[in-house]
Amino acid sequence: MAEATIPTVRAGRSTFERPRTARLPDRALKWGLSALAAMILVIIAYFFARLLGESSGAFKRYGLSFVLGNDWDSSRGIYHGAALLVGTLITSTIGLLIGVPVAVSSALFINELCPRRARGLLSALVDLLAAVPSVVYGLWGVFFLAPKLQPAERWLASTLSFVPWLGGGTPTLFNYFIAGLILAIMILPIVSAISREVMATVPAEHKEAALALGATRWEMIRMAVLPYSRAGISGGAMLGLGRALGETIAVVLVIGDAPVIGHHLFSQGYSLAAVIANEFGEAQGVHVSALFAAGVVLFVLTLTVNVVARWFVARGSHGTRGTGATGMTVAAPAGEA
Amino acid sequence: MSVTFTLSPVSSRRRRTDRAMWGVLLALTVLALIPLVLIVYYLLRKGLGAWSPSFFTTDPTGSFFGDPGGIRSAILGSLEIVALASIIAVPIGIGVALYLTEYGRGSWFAGSVRYFVDVMTGVPSIVFGLFVYIVLVTSHIGGNFAAWKGAVALALLMLPIVARSAEVALLLVPNGLREAALALGAPRWRMLLRVVLPTAAPGLLTGSLLAVARAMGETAPLLFTVTFALGATANLGQPMNTLPYMVFTDIQSPRAAIVQIAWGAGLTLVALVLILNLLARAIERRSHMA
Repeated sequence: MAEATIPTVRAGRSTFERPRTARLPDRALKWGLSALAAMILVIIAYFFARLLGESSGAFKRYGLSFVLGNDWDSSRGIYHGAALLVGTLITSTIGLLIGVPVAVSSALFINELCPRRARGLLSALVDLLAAVPSVVYGLWGVFFLAPKLQPAERWLASTLSFVPWLGGGTPTLFNYFIAGLILAIMILPIVSAISREVMATVPAEHKEAALALGATRWEMIRMAVLPYSRAGISGGAMLGLGRALGETIAVVLVIGDAPVIGHHLFSQGYSLAAVIANEFGEAQGVHVSALFAAGVVLFVLTLTVNVVARWFVARGSHGTRGTGATGMTVAAPAGEA
Repeated sequence: MSVTFTLSPVSSRRRRTDRAMWGVLLALTVLALIPLVLIVYYLLRKGLGAWSPSFFTTDPTGSFFGDPGGIRSAILGSLEIVALASIIAVPIGIGVALYLTEYGRGSWFAGSVRYFVDVMTGVPSIVFGLFVYIVLVTSHIGGNFAAWKGAVALALLMLPIVARSAEVALLLVPNGLREAALALGAPRWRMLLRVVLPTAAPGLLTGSLLAVARAMGETAPLLFTVTFALGATANLGQPMNTLPYMVFTDIQSPRAAIVQIAWGAGLTLVALVLILNLLARAIERRSHMA
């Protein structure tokens, strides 16, 4: 070891280079961390392979009719899950239609219009919605939202009875609309947070230019803020959609859990995630495989949506803040508060 | 000599639109906050009624007609499982982030790791539950359902959150500090351990706490990994009671006294998650001021 401290000139080796033994911890750390990173890829690949393997029974048996056929009946052992897929899509769409306009509006108000002092408080409050666990949303939906909204739903269904799919039917206590509304509230914080972040990247010059040309605040928003942040906001909405599609516990409590395609907005249904949560405990044989298949469909669906969303967000951030800043919000949807 | 400028004033129609849109955006912002107010109000109104000293110090009895008991085992179980999940996810997540920022900058491998970590954040939590069920429960490794298996599912959920927030925190460490350490002759591993990690510590802690808060409230990954038990146990190889699972099952009870427990447990859960979130915020704010 004494040798190591005295720089000696040797052929082909820098005088100041550390001896091989001293570099060992460095190499160990580097390879250890690389292995850790590689492990992530291996886990995801293994994950998907096992899930596919377990669901292959149902896919082999039903083929495409697993997602196209409409007959899910565990008592007869028939698993055609169109009603689940439709329920997932309907509730998520309702969530998006209600949640995104509200989220983007709140982001616009907080970032551009409200007094600077109120900004921090308002965004913290909106972020707080993300801290509420989904089972608590379910609790609130079951005992407050669903019963309180039932009279309004009845009124709407009878007044709008001429509108197909909206009116006509008898609203059940738990239905697509309640589930969609809960999803809207649940995706609100993430869509709002990403919108705020994207809007903050709009160059001040653009906004000042609009104001200097005589634009009002709203015209400035329309001319400078919205066009610049459109891609990012779309990405945020897509990420919200990804969350809505996969939400389980809140939905299972308020969607009504009937494996049928509801004929109107206020009828009960089922979703892919909800059916897994509800039936997995008692499932056997093909049923288990069918539930895994529902998991695969859900996984592929959310994956596609997320990949598209990330592409949008990356495009929308204009390279001004790098992917890191956006990644933070995306990665910590529950937090931010 | 007089020069007069006549600035054409904003037409009344445009001013009206501006005012109107201000009102619309304000109204929608208020609308966004209404659910929060309602949820907090109902949680407090119904949940506080369930709170009592014995509520926190007794286990649920599981009896339908008699005294339903308290939530002690649920609180302990949640804390145990989330602690184990954090022990798994936080070091791995920070390790992956260290690789991404210190070794993998610009490489395609690091790029794909970062991409798939992002992909993991989008996986529905119930799918993690399914995965752990396939890998750990059906294979009967150490019994069927066990608390540690639920912790693994939660760790998978936390891992991408920790990794991504840690990456952001590590990227904020000025390169000058790294170069200074290396210039003083520190080997790379000492530079990372003694300079980079301590500098980024508040950010790493904030991100980890947010991930813990997220995991604390998750029900779906526990459904078929941990399942349920009445009593409190320190044995992680056994099924365990957890707060979210207890709320989930008690909601569906036809008996009002048990639904009352669900409200009380829900309020407890929200309080725990909130404390973690506020802690994370406080650390973040303090590190910004320093």
